[in-house]
Amino acid sequence: MTQELVKKIKANPDYQKLVKTRTAFSIKLTITMLVVYFSFILTIAFNPSALGTPLSSDTVTSIGIPIGIAIIVFAFVLTGIYTKRANGEFDDLSNKIKQAIKED
Amino acid sequence: MSIFNRVFLFLILGSIAVFASGTIDGEIVKQALNIPAIVMFIIFVGATLGITYWAAKRTKSAKDFYTAGGGITGFQNGMAIAGDYMSAASFLGISGLVYLKGYDGLIYSIGFLVGWPIILFMIAEPLRNLGKYTFADVASYRLRQTPIRSLAAAGSIATVILYLIAQMVGAGKLIQLLFGLDYEIAVVLVGVLMILYVTFGGMLATTWVQIIKAFLLLSGATFMAIAVMAHYNFNFGSLFAAAADMRNTESLDIMSPGGLVSDPISAISLAIALMFGTAGLPHILMRFFTVSDAKEARKSVFFATGFIGYFYILTFIIGFGAIVMVFQNPEYLDLAKQAISGGHPILGGKNMAAIHLSHAVGGDFFLGFISAVAFATILAVVSGLTLAGASAISHDLYASVFKKGNADSMAEMRVSKMATVGLGIVAIFMGIAFEQQNIAFVVGLAFAIAASANFPILFLSMYWSKLTTRGAVIGGSLGLTTAVVLVIIGPIVWVDILGNAEAIFPYKYPALFSVTVSFLSIWFISITDKSHDGEAERAAFEAQYIRSQTGIGAEGASEH
Repeated sequence: MTQELVKKIKANPDYQKLVKTRTAFSIKLTITMLVVYFSFILTIAFNPSALGTPLSSDTVTSIGIPIGIAIIVFAFVLTGIYTKRANGEFDDLSNKIKQAIKED
Repeated sequence: MSIFNRVFLFLILGSIAVFASGTIDGEIVKQALNIPAIVMFIIFVGATLGITYWAAKRTKSAKDFYTAGGGITGFQNGMAIAGDYMSAASFLGISGLVYLKGYDGLIYSIGFLVGWPIILFMIAEPLRNLGKYTFADVASYRLRQTPIRSLAAAGSIATVILYLIAQMVGAGKLIQLLFGLDYEIAVVLVGVLMILYVTFGGMLATTWVQIIKAFLLLSGATFMAIAVMAHYNFNFGSLFAAAADMRNTESLDIMSPGGLVSDPISAISLAIALMFGTAGLPHILMRFFTVSDAKEARKSVFFATGFIGYFYILTFIIGFGAIVMVFQNPEYLDLAKQAISGGHPILGGKNMAAIHLSHAVGGDFFLGFISAVAFATILAVVSGLTLAGASAISHDLYASVFKKGNADSMAEMRVSKMATVGLGIVAIFMGIAFEQQNIAFVVGLAFAIAASANFPILFLSMYWSKLTTRGAVIGGSLGLTTAVVLVIIGPIVWVDILGNAEAIFPYKYPALFSVTVSFLSIWFISITDKSHDGEAERAAFEAQYIRSQTGIGAEGASEH
């Protein structure tokens, strides 16, 4: 990639928008996943009995089980949310940038 | 199949479950034949050799060999990634952990899963856009080829060989049992099959072997989970109640967290090893080059996360199923052990819980199926590992370091095939040498190296403009050394293997410390690097960043 092309792409408003929105989105999702996971793992380290509380008085099933399964499902849903937006909105922006370079 | 035969099957399968850190005691004796298992295993080998023949005809260039021509779809690659990740160790080890400790097994699975979303948000796309065959392509994109590739190749080869040792020892013992062969012959058989798949079929054959195995494993595990739930009218409450009834005592509550993660340092360190380690495994990273573009790379992670998450939910049900159907069943009780220590020890130890359950729900036939699947799993995983190791040797060391990037594609492919044969032979010798060794530490060490050397270099090369060659090489080497040293002086090697009374380093998982050392030293050495090369490397970041973000100039799929 020549220095000229680098300069041109950097000045392209679509490129600036792509980098800005996607970086913000990736960081937001990463932090969400980390917060959920570390809340879980630190609850286990500091207060394990909290997760052992039964769901209701007539069952042994603890609240930790639906929470654990929910984290697995949540991780999958997050990958779905990212993939959907990136494969649509972000790829459209990338294609527009590629098109703009070709036209010059 | 007699109880006697089963005893040994379980003993041997137990050795595969490296993560669960249980080791087998006592003599391993050659076994009489397990006919359903052998028939199913032969069908699997026949089918996969057929695929290898088909793939060989389509593998003409180095690109075909390393990346299946870049023509694998996101769904297929997601299945193959899940196949790489769902090893026999995680199947038997995690269901065994659930069987023994209940809720702790779920904590472990979640740790293995949460790295995947982060790989998607941070790594997958720039990796696909910048790389060609190996992750070292990305790390060395704007840095000096020779030192970076050498270090990345060292990290890759170390990870691959450690993993191979674990898999070969488990596989050798498993076939020894199924075929009544000597351990040595069994290990040679695994090595030869793996060499055949990889040298002739390259990435295309390896990917399809992985897909088939993932399908078989998911089907078998789904069947077991459904069979268990059918007993309880698909009511989780009744399953858990029955299990708690059987297992809960004053000191154990299978419905709540136990002793797996007891202090915050270990908890965070394990979490870092699993998250960053996954993002630094060469055989996983290589899979992102088998798809055509960033779009398919993202889909790969989406599907892989779904399959892996589903698989972990199944192993959780299977573990509880084993509690209710295996725990008090006299058929699976280890009478000799019970006579000495009392309680309810099962044959072969906790890692055999899933195998016993397969017999309890489906008889000898289904036991044979699950045994054959466990073996297929090992074969698929060793093939993927060997291909990643061979690529590091041929693409990073031979073509880039030794030939300075001027190797011709055919010569490079020849070297990678020779490297495959070489790694196969090394794996066979290692498998034989480590037969009687305690190998509980090797996979943990592989994750620690991947997290402390491979991942920091890869991540910073993608996102940090001030990274220089000097910083990456010295910092990455320090991270690698710290990880190795801390594992050696930690409780698993220093106390359990070397027999010292107390560990010098008190934690089982070194990642929190070694990853910190790696990042800090890379940062410090890079910012103090005033060399001319360092300046040029910083200046080259912008062009790299544009390509990583947009895919302009990225490798595409080859025409087939």
